[in-house]
Amino acid sequence: MINKFIYNKKAAPYVFVLPFILVFLIFFISPMANTIIMSFQDILPGSREFIGAKNYAKLLGDKIFLVALWNSFKYMAWTLILLIPIPMILACIINSKLMVGREFFKSALYLPALTSVVVAGIIFRFAFGEQATSLMNQFVALFGMEPFKWLKNGTTGFIVLLVLACWRWTGVNMLYFLSGLKNIPVELYESAKIDGATSWQSFRYITIPQLKPTTIYVLTISVYAGLAMFTESYMVFNGNNSPNNIGLTIVGYLYRQGIEKNAMGYASAVGLVLFAIGMGINLLQLKLNGTFDKEV
Amino acid sequence: MQSNMSLNIKRGTKNATDSSKNSPIKILIFIFFALMSVVLLIPFYSLIISTFKDGATVIGKGMDVSIKLSEMSFKNYILVFTTESSRYFTWFFNSMFLTIAQVALQLFISAFVSYGFAMYDFKGKNFLFICVLFVMMVPFEILMLPLYSQINNMHLTNSYAGIILPSIANAGTIFFFRQYLSGIPRDLVEAGRIDGASEYGIFFRIILPIMKPSFAAMAILNTMGSWNNLLWPLLVLKSSGKFTLPIGLNTLMTPYGNNYNLLFVGSFIMILPIFILFLCFQKYFVDGMTAGAVKG
Repeated sequence: MINKFIYNKKAAPYVFVLPFILVFLIFFISPMANTIIMSFQDILPGSREFIGAKNYAKLLGDKIFLVALWNSFKYMAWTLILLIPIPMILACIINSKLMVGREFFKSALYLPALTSVVVAGIIFRFAFGEQATSLMNQFVALFGMEPFKWLKNGTTGFIVLLVLACWRWTGVNMLYFLSGLKNIPVELYESAKIDGATSWQSFRYITIPQLKPTTIYVLTISVYAGLAMFTESYMVFNGNNSPNNIGLTIVGYLYRQGIEKNAMGYASAVGLVLFAIGMGINLLQLKLNGTFDKEV
Repeated sequence: MQSNMSLNIKRGTKNATDSSKNSPIKILIFIFFALMSVVLLIPFYSLIISTFKDGATVIGKGMDVSIKLSEMSFKNYILVFTTESSRYFTWFFNSMFLTIAQVALQLFISAFVSYGFAMYDFKGKNFLFICVLFVMMVPFEILMLPLYSQINNMHLTNSYAGIILPSIANAGTIFFFRQYLSGIPRDLVEAGRIDGASEYGIFFRIILPIMKPSFAAMAILNTMGSWNNLLWPLLVLKSSGKFTLPIGLNTLMTPYGNNYNLLFVGSFIMILPIFILFLCFQKYFVDGMTAGAVKG
């Protein structure tokens, strides 16, 4: 009987994928369905009541949610602006023949990515301390500037989060582009050179188009990574309550409503709005980049 | 900027005069990267010297880069290794246990599942694989609240099972293993069948040993993720005896804490295991990180 089963070629694939099916149903579909249902409910301990789309309507008029939405969106936009072109150019330089000490610099740039956000947050929180003696205030003093209260002010607080993001992700994105560059045939550059192309033309008409799949990949993961940022802000501001909500993100608001205020229905609506925005941006981006045309 | 971009193109040309002509550029690039590395490594340097200073003073004055030997000592290191009231090493070993258990299960189960996807054709395969891709696209943050309710309903809060179970059939890991296995000819499986091995015997005796290199890449990537993870364990775990390192360090940062001496030395010790792994298995880190980007 057992022998018959373990030699059965028809049943085997289902046994192999069974763990995924179970985890998918129990820890993905069920919570996902639950969060969709909850987003249309008002949930109090012991009672659940359907209230239609009221949670979503409430979100539109919720000023703090709009602050969170704007913060997350701004953060995502800036990380895209800073963390795609710069790592791409760095990768091209590191990949060039003129580079000395390539492996060493690759490692040095990559080290911040290995660091837990918790430790990175602790370092940045105190390096950007508001005292005149903190590292960053000593640094700006070199340019004759007064000490900043970095984490108490909207603009400077946002800068701290961006610096942290650049510190952690430049090396990682550079590695993505490096692995993309490895796949470009050298012959393309050689024949371009024979045809008299300038370096800039080669970069513009060979490197950038050939890197497109890598760029799309980095763009796609960066959209969600940016929109769903939470832990960085949580660590740098030492909790989810930053002054005037300058560090509040969409996920921070979801955490506040769901965990701190126990409003699971409302928090579910926040999560689904985040999902829809991220999906919308990515589908639009993939469409504009022609990814779908290629598949068909 | 234009000259930087051109560098990649120079690769592969074998003109001897090129290198002497370009040596000033070479030096400039080297200096540029050296400076950038120094800037990126300053946070680590600042953390390391802070471990020798009095914690409350560092918090009072902000982190900096100054070395004053008269104010520095090994007392924080002595404290972290000797104080019985310090829970630091409880957290450390909790994290270690959790990481090892989680990664071992993830690798084994994901490999099992990916084998089903890679080596069989069966009804519903494409649909199920689209489910894998969909799970990869949904950020964890959206699911965390309903997932928490699910864990709560299953009475798994405050347990490591609650942390580990939702991630055992890890979509990203399944995807990576399937890509790897699709490069292995199915004839190998057929040969196993002819030799009289059962479907599962083929997986355990023939395929698992072949997968070793891909195991290394995923083991390292998942170890990093698990060791550094704050958010999900923070939701699931309630009692401080079960806390992991990221949660523990976070609790040391509270304004009312009196454990500031442990904060910096604790942060430093936390990043060491991952750094050591990186130094030993650098190649696999890069393979694991860039696995998704190449296929685009």
